[in-house]
Amino acid sequence: MQRFINDAIEFLPILFQGVKLTVIVTIGSLLLSTVLGLMWALMRVSGIWLLDVSARVMVNFIRGVPIIVQLFYIYFVMPDLGVTLSALQAAIIGLGIAYSAYQAENFRAGIEAIDHGQIEAAQSIGMGWWMVMRRVVLPQAFRIVLPPYGNVMIMMLKDSSQASTITVAELALQGKLIASSTFKNTSVFTLVAIMYLCMSLPLMYLVTRLEKRAAQSRR
Amino acid sequence: MIDLKDVHKSFGANHVIRGFSASVSKGEIVCIIGPSGSGKSTVLRCINGLESYDAGTITIGGVKVDRAHKSIVDIRTKVSMVFQRFNLFPHRTALENVIEGPIFVKKEAEDVARRRGRDLLARVGLADKEHAFPAQLSGGQQQRVAIARALAMQPDAILFDEPTSALDPELVGEVLAVMKSLAEEGMTMVIVTHEIAFGREVADRAIFIDQGVICEEGPAREMLAQPRQARTQDFLKRVLHPM
Repeated sequence: MQRFINDAIEFLPILFQGVKLTVIVTIGSLLLSTVLGLMWALMRVSGIWLLDVSARVMVNFIRGVPIIVQLFYIYFVMPDLGVTLSALQAAIIGLGIAYSAYQAENFRAGIEAIDHGQIEAAQSIGMGWWMVMRRVVLPQAFRIVLPPYGNVMIMMLKDSSQASTITVAELALQGKLIASSTFKNTSVFTLVAIMYLCMSLPLMYLVTRLEKRAAQSRR
Repeated sequence: MIDLKDVHKSFGANHVIRGFSASVSKGEIVCIIGPSGSGKSTVLRCINGLESYDAGTITIGGVKVDRAHKSIVDIRTKVSMVFQRFNLFPHRTALENVIEGPIFVKKEAEDVARRRGRDLLARVGLADKEHAFPAQLSGGQQQRVAIARALAMQPDAILFDEPTSALDPELVGEVLAVMKSLAEEGMTMVIVTHEIAFGREVADRAIFIDQGVICEEGPAREMLAQPRQARTQDFLKRVLHPM
């Protein structure tokens, strides 16, 4: 135990640098996946065939390819096509796109949960498609999708570790680097696991709160 | 003001409206009755473009109703609709429901819209409910808010799609009373309803639809008391004496 504490004091500062990148990758890809996911979802419900089908194709395409392959593609293949990104940029974009597919399905479920009668009522007072979305559908869908959105946040936090495969020195990679140079596998990976837990447990608590609130407001 | 000429509408193979022609002039109150599935609600929904129609023409104040055309927004602000299931926005208070259209569609100043919204709520007897959310209101109160929301658009006409059919019997009266007061003020109204007594008292004209065509039409007071067609007689008998 004493040894573990000594290791912790020694390694924590390095691991915290990894935490910083983990947080940056998570927040960056969360924002990107939210924007893209909302875009796919709105295309799906637009009622315009071409938009619906293109969004469907994109979402299935993204869902059908492993995240790690998408990351490799963006980081290693895009330079051949003339687009060179830093590892961090590639990680945020790759994870953002990969998760946008799940966000899209989540958002679409929220949008389609809104009673169609309300949409007709909004149309009957002269609202156009976009205004119906903005004033009537999305504010209500927002509350519905919040709990699953929280779960996506937790998944993204953990999956940000996949950025390590394209050399982003986030928490998991920092741990691996320390472990392979000191051979203190037990201490290092225990610390890494604890640090992920410290970040995800508050998020899980938040999701539970949101779910309770959602259950209450469903009158 | 509202003109329908030989309107046809099918849902797939189901030809629900088979050549419907009628016109409603300004200040007139027309009630449409008929068995369920006769196409009466569909006619109403075609008038403000919630439903498209396949053939014929519908015009409002001379403008053709075409839900794919930009003019539909203008038509919908002139012809409001009240729905069977109220369809209030559950995330907004009674007052917010009423002023949503004036502020966001008609771009009225917020304080003006609010003042008028309060007046309208008072008019439907809900002055004390402006901060209530729809879930906190009874069905009758919700429908009165919905009527205030329709009125807030300052429409030339209001379409009522079975406005009391989803209400508990004891709440029907308060909604009909509000509608009657509108009638007395000269609002143009098209009402799809099963409230025969109300139609007889308030409407100028009654139309009986069966299987997508007008079966009988005439002054409401006479037609709803002594219909000439056998099918109308049969229908009224079943509505008035269900046992």
